[in-house]
Amino acid sequence: MKRKDQSVVLDVNDLHIFYETPKGDVRAVDGISFQLYEGETLGLVGESGCGKTTAAMGILQLISPPGRIVEGTIDLDGTDLLQLSEEHLRQMRWTRLALIPQGAMNSLNPTMKISDQIADVIRQHSDKRSNSEIKERILELFHWVGLPARIYEMYPHEISGGMKQRVCIAMAIALNPAVIIADEPTSALDVVVQRVIAQTMLKVKEALGVSMIMIGHDMGLMAQMVDRIAVMYAGNMVEISSVEHIFKNPGHPYSELLIDSVPSLKERKPLKITKGITHDPRNPPPGCIFQLRCPHVMERCRAEKPIRQEIRPRQEVACHLYEEQADGSFIDVRDVATNP
Amino acid sequence: MSEMLLQIRNATKVYQQRSFGGGTNDVVALDKFNMTIPKAPATITTIAGESGSGKTTLANLVLGFADLSSGQILFEGKDIANASPAERQNYRREVQAVFQDPFSVYNPFYRIQHVFDMVIKNFGLADNKTMSRDMMEDALNKVGLYGEDVLRKYPHQLSGGQRQRIMMARAYMTRPKLIVADEPVSMVDASLRASILDVMMRLRDDGISFIYVTHDLSTATQIGDQIFILYQGAIAETGDSLKVINEPQHPYVQLLVNSVPMPDPDVKWQGTIELPAEEEMRTSSKAGCRFYPRCPDRMDKCLESQPPLYKIDDIDHQAACFLHDEKAVAIP
Repeated sequence: MKRKDQSVVLDVNDLHIFYETPKGDVRAVDGISFQLYEGETLGLVGESGCGKTTAAMGILQLISPPGRIVEGTIDLDGTDLLQLSEEHLRQMRWTRLALIPQGAMNSLNPTMKISDQIADVIRQHSDKRSNSEIKERILELFHWVGLPARIYEMYPHEISGGMKQRVCIAMAIALNPAVIIADEPTSALDVVVQRVIAQTMLKVKEALGVSMIMIGHDMGLMAQMVDRIAVMYAGNMVEISSVEHIFKNPGHPYSELLIDSVPSLKERKPLKITKGITHDPRNPPPGCIFQLRCPHVMERCRAEKPIRQEIRPRQEVACHLYEEQADGSFIDVRDVATNP
Repeated sequence: MSEMLLQIRNATKVYQQRSFGGGTNDVVALDKFNMTIPKAPATITTIAGESGSGKTTLANLVLGFADLSSGQILFEGKDIANASPAERQNYRREVQAVFQDPFSVYNPFYRIQHVFDMVIKNFGLADNKTMSRDMMEDALNKVGLYGEDVLRKYPHQLSGGQRQRIMMARAYMTRPKLIVADEPVSMVDASLRASILDVMMRLRDDGISFIYVTHDLSTATQIGDQIFILYQGAIAETGDSLKVINEPQHPYVQLLVNSVPMPDPDVKWQGTIELPAEEEMRTSSKAGCRFYPRCPDRMDKCLESQPPLYKIDDIDHQAACFLHDEKAVAIP
């Protein structure tokens, strides 16, 4: 997976985030590791409750009780975010690490003008700027994300959902962060508006060279926007591969299921129905996390937890179906079984 | 002509919006909408469009949650506005609803069985306990849920997909002729959506017609028979789902179909599109085409009057756009 031409911006290692409940901890994020490269967009996908938003909130250190970060490291340009004081963290937010929250349109303060909300962010982190400098910067940001200057004096209720979304993007890029985390940035928008916003994000990302983690469950949108996809299932990252691999030859059986369940727009195909039995998140089974739903489950899967391995360039999969050979290459156990 | 289950004629719904400075604004949510659903065979009719296009208004009108401002809705030939109380009760039994949010339609304090008990009680469906048991079992099996344990569970113990299938089972209990499903899969996980779409197809094959309201065109491709694509309260295009989605004739529908992100990294969006400024949207000519401010193919005559529906190739494929004025026949 390592690409020599790109440097690592964010390095998450063995991150565990649990939620406390009376019957024991829910292992929402159960030891995930990944790296985000400079200028890259990484998609984080999985069904609801798989821990994708929790993982992102963990990176931003926005986990509040009953949730807690149990262990792991989150390395952003050489500093472990988990070791920082609250004050240091505050300085990092927006300047190095920005968030476009889920349902971003509802995250704006209804009693403050759009411009004041963005100015607030800028002032908090670079208080030396004069008012006219800040205004100039805000108008520049508006231009970047395709907002008209006239909304400068407006309140959130006066603009459309798509425009509010752009305001959130403008806020996220206001202080040139290294990493933007976007949590389902277009999920509440109409298809056409979604496309416009998605294209704005791509344009802005390209121009600023910022790295982005995009959370979502719309595989179509992922195919359009991201470079690599990390697939999460029940708190585990079961596959992390280039977008081409995920769509053309998904490695993990769960990734395969995700791709198969995307309905086609233009032709009618038989529906793929999957059973949704999952384990109790407080008591994950020994062995593979996906064993209860896996169509290829083997004896070994019930005993031994698979570790993520690079089965081919730009494709890492945590599954016992792939066995390493003496020469370091991987074979698919299914191929061996059918033609020995 | 075969008998019709549902006929909607020139249905118009105007909401009055009170403005802040006093006075009222009329918002036309649905404008002279026409649609027919045949009695047999049962079909799935998709109503698609962006938010504010009038699709939920249409569902509410059919369900009787709102009254028409003008026009008629005929169910088996009878106007539902003039129904007697007995007819009304019968209508409620024959037309059932499934809603968008499978989390908020349940009362969290009652077990799932309560949902079924209420239907049986309200419509007097069963004479005794064994009979109602059998009916519940039968309805659950119909939607692919087996065993009685689900009846004893509370809503929070079930997944969104299961809850939505239970809503389908509840609707099926009264053996309706029509189910109005308003965005039934939009809040369910992608991997579980297929199970609900599959239930809808099975019920259709059992003789229950659907009005399927959605903003997701790909599910319409998978299960829909005819489709109506609404834009600002009026039909932009209608016809067979596969035909409309594969060969859209109205510029709005073309834009819509081309904006759906394809789940293939090799097929990227072509070109960039811009949304018009909001004031342009608002001040667009009241007389002319609703899509004028956004239309890439707009002409002068589009400002003068609203385009009628034109027949495209086959009789059911129609689009409301002057581009077809030369070669197609307008429907009066």
